[in-house]
Amino acid sequence: MPKITYIAHTGKAHTIDVPNGLTVMEGAVQNDITGIDADCGGSMACATCHVYVKEEWFDKLKKKEDGEEDMLDMAYKPNKFSRLSCQLIVSDELEGLVVNLPEKQT
Amino acid sequence: MIDTDVLVIGAGPTGLFCVHQLGIIGLKCEVVDNLDKIGGQCIELYPDKPIYDIPAIPECTGEELTNNLIKQIKPFKTNFHLSDRVDEVKKDKNNWIIKTSKGKEFKSPNIIIAGGVGSFEPRKFFVKGCEKFEGNEILYSIKDKTIFKDKVISIFGGGDSALDWAIELSRSSKVQLIHRRDEFRGTQSSVNKVKELEKEGKIEILTQYQLNSVEGKNKIENISIKHDDGSIKKIETNYVLGFFGLIMKLGPIVNWGLNLDKKHIPVNTENFETNQKGIFAIGDICTYPGKLKLILSGFHEGALAARGCFQHARPNEKLRFEFTTTSKSVHERLGVKK
Repeated sequence: MPKITYIAHTGKAHTIDVPNGLTVMEGAVQNDITGIDADCGGSMACATCHVYVKEEWFDKLKKKEDGEEDMLDMAYKPNKFSRLSCQLIVSDELEGLVVNLPEKQT
Repeated sequence: MIDTDVLVIGAGPTGLFCVHQLGIIGLKCEVVDNLDKIGGQCIELYPDKPIYDIPAIPECTGEELTNNLIKQIKPFKTNFHLSDRVDEVKKDKNNWIIKTSKGKEFKSPNIIIAGGVGSFEPRKFFVKGCEKFEGNEILYSIKDKTIFKDKVISIFGGGDSALDWAIELSRSSKVQLIHRRDEFRGTQSSVNKVKELEKEGKIEILTQYQLNSVEGKNKIENISIKHDDGSIKKIETNYVLGFFGLIMKLGPIVNWGLNLDKKHIPVNTENFETNQKGIFAIGDICTYPGKLKLILSGFHEGALAARGCFQHARPNEKLRFEFTTTSKSVHERLGVKK
């Protein structure tokens, strides 16, 4: 089971075993990681599961689909490493993925 | 004060079908919604996107679904109170006294919250110091465009609202359109128009920039914007407009004495009543074991909540279960002509 590390805005890190097939968002929500709200439940209809992907990981992820960038316009302080964590599906290739959580989601 | 059997909060598909179910069993209701039109998320977020999981409708858009629901509840002549929000809910014996942000008052034994993920509100700037100017020189919607005449306006955003206002205001104001990336997500014709106006020198487009700071004593004097590469640019401006879409906020619901589980309201699955007698929650906003955030689930929840309201609204009557195919009283309520 891949280990995903979520680093809160305060710097506190949580490393969680997330089963393949779940999204990075679901890994956080199911393990009560605060800082990811996921209001729409993972349908890319809000921007409240926004994360900053650690630089060295960013290019290894599957590219954004249409619509994700549009939603990121509405995220809190997006930057070039921003992704919606509901669009990141956990697989063995993501073993060790690190994401930083924004200060807040809305 | 408006007296009614049920106050429904939210005019999305769940709220609309619940109105139908209330009408079928002979209860009167009033509907309040924060948006300026009926339809909720279906209209606000995906009017043109096809939905494929409405029973017996293989494919329809959010707008079509809304229009059909409006048609379906037409016989009940329901009052809609749009662009209004329920702010206060207080218990008065067997009734709830409900006050809205526009000052309307309702008295009802039942409230059904079909509020989706809360009320839609404009997403604001995150930069410190903005609060001071919000509502004056920093605006998220435009009520009176004449105030912008001959002024310098900085418009932030990349969607249709930002583009449309940039085009409109460029006729009589100096407009700077600022967006965090090179691509605009608005309709192509608006994007083309904005680029044309840029060539004509009527709009200045600044991309890969985000708001960095605002300065001014009583009024905004200038702002600074930050490029992706870290460089900062100072610009003089009179008005700052932000069009970042809408966010959903639970809002005043948190003050009504309801149990909350994160941003959801726990209910029982027998009649979708909350921990408060006479307050029900249905659709995306409610939660229970196995909850699915589907429109079809909202329809089911509304049907049961409507029956739950009956006993509070008509304590001395017993509700008889009837089919719409055969019931004479239901046909009367629907205005079916034989």
